[in-house]
Amino acid sequence: MNEILQGYNFAYLDEQTKRMLRRALLKAVAIPGHQIPFGSREMPLPYGWGTGGIQVTAAVLGPNDVLKVIDQGADDTTNAVSIRRFFAKTAGVATTTDTATATIIQTRHRIPEFPLSENQILVYQVPQPEPLSKLEPSRGETRRMHALAEYGSMHVRLYEDITRFGHVAISYDYPVMVGGRYLMAPSPIPAFDNPKLHMMPALQLFGAGREKRIYAIPPYTNVRSLDFDDHPFCAGRAPHPCGLCGSETSYLDEVVVDNKGGRLFVCSDTDYCETRRAAGHVGADA
Amino acid sequence: MPVALVGFADPVLDAQACFRAVLDAMARPGSIHQVGGTLVAPASLCPAAAAVVLALVDGETSIFIDPAFADAADWVRFHCGVAPTPDASVAAFVLAPDLPDLRSLSCGSDEGPEDSATVIVQVAALGEGAVYTMMGPGLQYPRTFRATGLPVDFVARWAENHKLFPRGIDLILCAGDRLAALPRSLSITGG
Ligand SMILES: [Zn+2]
Repeated sequence: MNEILQGYNFAYLDEQTKRMLRRALLKAVAIPGHQIPFGSREMPLPYGWGTGGIQVTAAVLGPNDVLKVIDQGADDTTNAVSIRRFFAKTAGVATTTDTATATIIQTRHRIPEFPLSENQILVYQVPQPEPLSKLEPSRGETRRMHALAEYGSMHVRLYEDITRFGHVAISYDYPVMVGGRYLMAPSPIPAFDNPKLHMMPALQLFGAGREKRIYAIPPYTNVRSLDFDDHPFCAGRAPHPCGLCGSETSYLDEVVVDNKGGRLFVCSDTDYCETRRAAGHVGADA
Repeated sequence: MPVALVGFADPVLDAQACFRAVLDAMARPGSIHQVGGTLVAPASLCPAAAAVVLALVDGETSIFIDPAFADAADWVRFHCGVAPTPDASVAAFVLAPDLPDLRSLSCGSDEGPEDSATVIVQVAALGEGAVYTMMGPGLQYPRTFRATGLPVDFVARWAENHKLFPRGIDLILCAGDRLAALPRSLSITGG
């Protein structure tokens, strides 16, 4: 355990705030996919830096946890490093970039490529928790629509895409039905990651700081991406192997490598790519 | 009678450990967790039930305490900073020595199904006794669960609760220093 920064509460938040978050988290697990309002607290990081995810992690985290933080799949961005350092200082927890070693993984915009286990919790940073927000701006009205499971307008919106483009033109934050009851925003993960939400052995917790909502998917819960009999859900992936590790199944980022328009496709999950390279896998551009 | 002023030995870390146990219990229905082993609880309360109360209850929520646990009222008032409510039908937490009539408690609304009671029930034993089979979120396959001290008509009473979903009551069963949880989303057979 690291030295804990003096003068702070364990994991920064005061005990009353943690209890409030914990009560909300238990109800979120009992009602999979339903958004629970909570009294979001000011955090020493601006909105957009994952204050919702940070508050959930702070409420859950204990001294024996091992924390991993990823941002778009990478452990080494400023955002991921800041959050990891924040919890190392305020809670003294061990941190890691190794997916398999982590007990809690806080993520922005990706689900790790390596399958997660029953001993892990995945915490998502969520900018917009309301899947109906683009169709219905009124909070009161979306609450009513969830209460009645009135999701026809979302089906209509997706079908309009199919009519116009031949497919659903949503590549991130693709809406899902949780447990056959609640329409849920999976946060801006690529649609490629949606199948991993389904029957995941790990507990999935979602925190939206600005919008003050918490929701959850318990382990082994049915999660279905919205689709149609004649247009089944299809998770897209760039048709290339990773240039560094040669993976033909991972989600790829396209990076510009020089000023002559040279491009390289590499795994967005840096731990996955490094682990494969360490095991001897070599891509064409390595 | 003087109130035993002993709560968690480490209020921050013990509360966190207890919460994680309840979270995992709720996420994996029927799994049994140890909590509160070192806690000096009021005589009528088992350590697990006392630990759950300390970890989750404060002045921002409400708790109804069954008259059988009258000796715990002052202890709760002191440690949680909240006066127990005399009206079970509005309580967010209900602390009871056996399963109360779930229909008499708050089960939330269609828009706010989370505004519902969590019932902390003290039972004789977990992991032995009547055999129940459960299915629902958190379970990859149907799972059996054993408990001593639930009423003979528990399965029928639970079915009434489950069919209210997403409204409904969530249970935390406590025996000695062990607990398990049954969220409303579960369907339960057997008994
Ligand atoms: Zn790679």
